Amino acid sequence: MTSTDETIITPADLAGGGVGGDDPDVRGKFGIFGGRYVPEALIPALDEVAAEYEKAKTDLDFVREFDHLLRTYAGRPTTLTEVPRFAEHAGGARILLKREDLTHTGAHKINNVLGQALLTRRLGKRRVIAETGAGQHGVATATAAALMGLECVIYMGAVDCERQALNVARMKLLGATVVPVTNGSQTLKDAINEAFRDWVTNVEHTHYLFGTVAGPHPFPEIVRDFARIIGVEARRQVRELIGRLPDAVCAAVGGGSNAIGLFHAFIPDEGVRLYGYEAGGRGAETGEHALTLTQGSVGVLHGARTYVLQDDEGQTIESHSISAGLDYPGVGPEHAWLKDSGRATYEGVTDEEAMEAFALLARTEGIIPAIESSHALAGALRLGRELGPDAVILVNLSGRGDKDMGTAMKYFNL
Amino acid sequence: MTTLQAVFDKARAEDRAALVGYLPAGFPTKDGAVKAATAMVEAGCDVIEIGLPYSDPLMDGPTIQDAVHRSLENGTRIADVLRTVEGVAKSGAATLVMTYWNPIDRYGAERFARDLASAGGVGTITPDLTPEESGPWLDASRESGLGTVFLVAPSSPDERIARVAACCTGFVYAASLMGVTGARESVSSAAEGLVKKTRAHTSLPVCVGLGVGNGAQAAEVASYADGVIVGSAFIRRLLDAPDETSGLAAVRELGEELARGVRR
Repeated sequence: MTSTDETIITPADLAGGGVGGDDPDVRGKFGIFGGRYVPEALIPALDEVAAEYEKAKTDLDFVREFDHLLRTYAGRPTTLTEVPRFAEHAGGARILLKREDLTHTGAHKINNVLGQALLTRRLGKRRVIAETGAGQHGVATATAAALMGLECVIYMGAVDCERQALNVARMKLLGATVVPVTNGSQTLKDAINEAFRDWVTNVEHTHYLFGTVAGPHPFPEIVRDFARIIGVEARRQVRELIGRLPDAVCAAVGGGSNAIGLFHAFIPDEGVRLYGYEAGGRGAETGEHALTLTQGSVGVLHGARTYVLQDDEGQTIESHSISAGLDYPGVGPEHAWLKDSGRATYEGVTDEEAMEAFALLARTEGIIPAIESSHALAGALRLGRELGPDAVILVNLSGRGDKDMGTAMKYFNL
Repeated sequence: MTTLQAVFDKARAEDRAALVGYLPAGFPTKDGAVKAATAMVEAGCDVIEIGLPYSDPLMDGPTIQDAVHRSLENGTRIADVLRTVEGVAKSGAATLVMTYWNPIDRYGAERFARDLASAGGVGTITPDLTPEESGPWLDASRESGLGTVFLVAPSSPDERIARVAACCTGFVYAASLMGVTGARESVSSAAEGLVKKTRAHTSLPVCVGLGVGNGAQAAEVASYADGVIVGSAFIRRLLDAPDETSGLAAVRELGEELARGVRR
C-alpha cells in the first residue's frame, strides 16, 4: 500500500529515463511515422509546447506538482485486481486488471489532462480546447480546467454528443462549453479538425489539450509520457503480486493513449508480449470498423504520418465502432512504429465480442467496464485460450462503463 | 501555358498586383468548376488555384468546407482535378493546384507532379506541408518543372520565414491572419507587416490570402503585396446563386470588382 505522501512518479518515470522505449527524433519521428503536417501558423505554438515540456519534465517542482495531483486528486496509484471468475472463460490463464476505471472522472484520460493543464499554466495560457470522442477526454479536460481556473471549450461530434449525452451534461456542469461538430462524419475525427481550426485562430492564449498519442509532434510524446504512469505502476504491482512480469499486456487502441500508457514501461522487457486491440466494429469484411493498424495504410492524418483508414486517393474513410472512444480512422504514430517493428501485435475485436466481454466482466466480477476497455478484455479472453493456463495477462481496464449504460440498455434490451 | 514568372512580370509592368482566385475542382459541378474558373480568368484573375478536395480540410472555414464537401459528394477524383486544371489552363491563367498533403502522398509524389505538369499546371500550394517534410515533393516538383508555394503566417518568426521562403518557387503565400480561410469584415493589420518581414528573406513575389473578399480589400492589399488571393468570396457567390447562370454572373461581377481593386 502506498501512503498518500509517498512519491509515485519521478522525472525518470515521466521522461522514460531509459526505462521505456525510444523517444522520437528531433523532427518528432518514430521511424518513418509521426512528424508535423500542419499549417505553418501552428509551428511556433508546437515549438513552444515542445520547448516548455522539455524544461518541465526535468523540473523537480513540476514533477512534484504532477505527482501531488495524481495522488491526491486523481486517486493514484490505481489498484491491480485479479479476476479469476472472468478468467475461467480464458482457458484458465490468470488475468490481472489495471484499474484506471477507479481514477477520478473514471478513465485513464485524467493522467494526461492533469499534466497538460499544468503545462498550460507554465505556458501562461488561460484557455484550453480539446476534442472528445466518448466524452471521457472532454470530461477530464473540463475537470482539470475547473480545478485550475482555465476557460474550457470542448469539440465533440454531434453523433457522439447523442451517444454520450451524460458526458455532455457532465462537461457543462463542470463549466465547459461543448460545441457539437456537425460536419463530416460528426465523430472524433471531425471534432479534431474543428479543434485545430479553433487553435490556429486563438493560439496566442489557447493551449490545445490533445487527448491522445496522435497529432503533430510533440503531442504523441507528451501524451504518452503523462500516461506512462499506468505501466510504471502496473509493472511494479504485477511483480509484487506474482514475483515476475506478466506474459502479455493488453489494451484497447483507438488513438492509442491508454495502450501506450500501459505498453511503454514494458517495451524493454522482451519476454512481455504487447497486444493492442482495435475496434472491429461490425467485422473487417463489412468495411464498418476502426481497424486502422490492421486494415489501414500509411498516410497522413491530423498532422502526423501514421496508419490511416483511407481510400486509394487518400480520402479518409469513416470508421465505425460501438464505442465512441475507439471510433477513429487514425492512430498514434508510435503504435504504427511498434507494429512495423514487430514489438507489438494488433488485432481486431468486433462490437459483438466487446459487448460479450462487457457483460461477462459485470456478471463474473461485479465490474462494469467501459466499452472501449471491453475490447481489451475480449482480446485477453482470446489470448488466454492461445497462451494456456500458465499464462499471466495484464489488461488495462482504461475506464468504467457508467457512461455506456445507454448503449448497453439498447444492446441488451435491459 | 502561362508561367508564374510571366504573370508577375506583367503585373509589375502594369504597376499593379496580380489577382489570384481559388476554386475547388468539382464545385459546383465538375464542368461548372471549369466554367466558373474561366469566368474568373475572363474577369481578370491572373492565377487560378484549383483546390483538390480533401475529406479533412483542417485549415478551411465553413465556406470552403461546404464547397469541398459538395465536390466530394459529386464524386470528384484526382483525374477530375487534373482535367479541371487542363480546362482552366487553356483560358490563359497560370494554374496551380492547392492541396493538403495526403492525397499527393497517396497518389505518389512523382506521379502527381508528372500528371499535373502534363495537364498544364504550373505548380502547387501545399498548406500542411512543412519544410521539414517537403523533401520528396521539392524533388518531384523540380523534376517536372513545377513551382512550389508554401505558406508563412503572422506567427512565423524570421528563421521560419527564411526556411519556408527557401522552399518556394513562383511566389510565397502570406496568410494574412491567424485563422482559417473565409472572407472577413476587414483585412488583418498583421498582413502588411508579414509581407515586409517576408521580403527581407526572399526576392520572390509575396501574395496575401485569407480574409480578402471585396474590391476595397483587394486595393488595400495590392498597395503592399505582389498578389491578392481570393477564395471563399467566389465560392460564396456560387453557393448563394439560385442557378448556374446567375452563379457565373456573380463570380464574373466579383472578379471584375477585384480586378479593379488591384489596379487602383
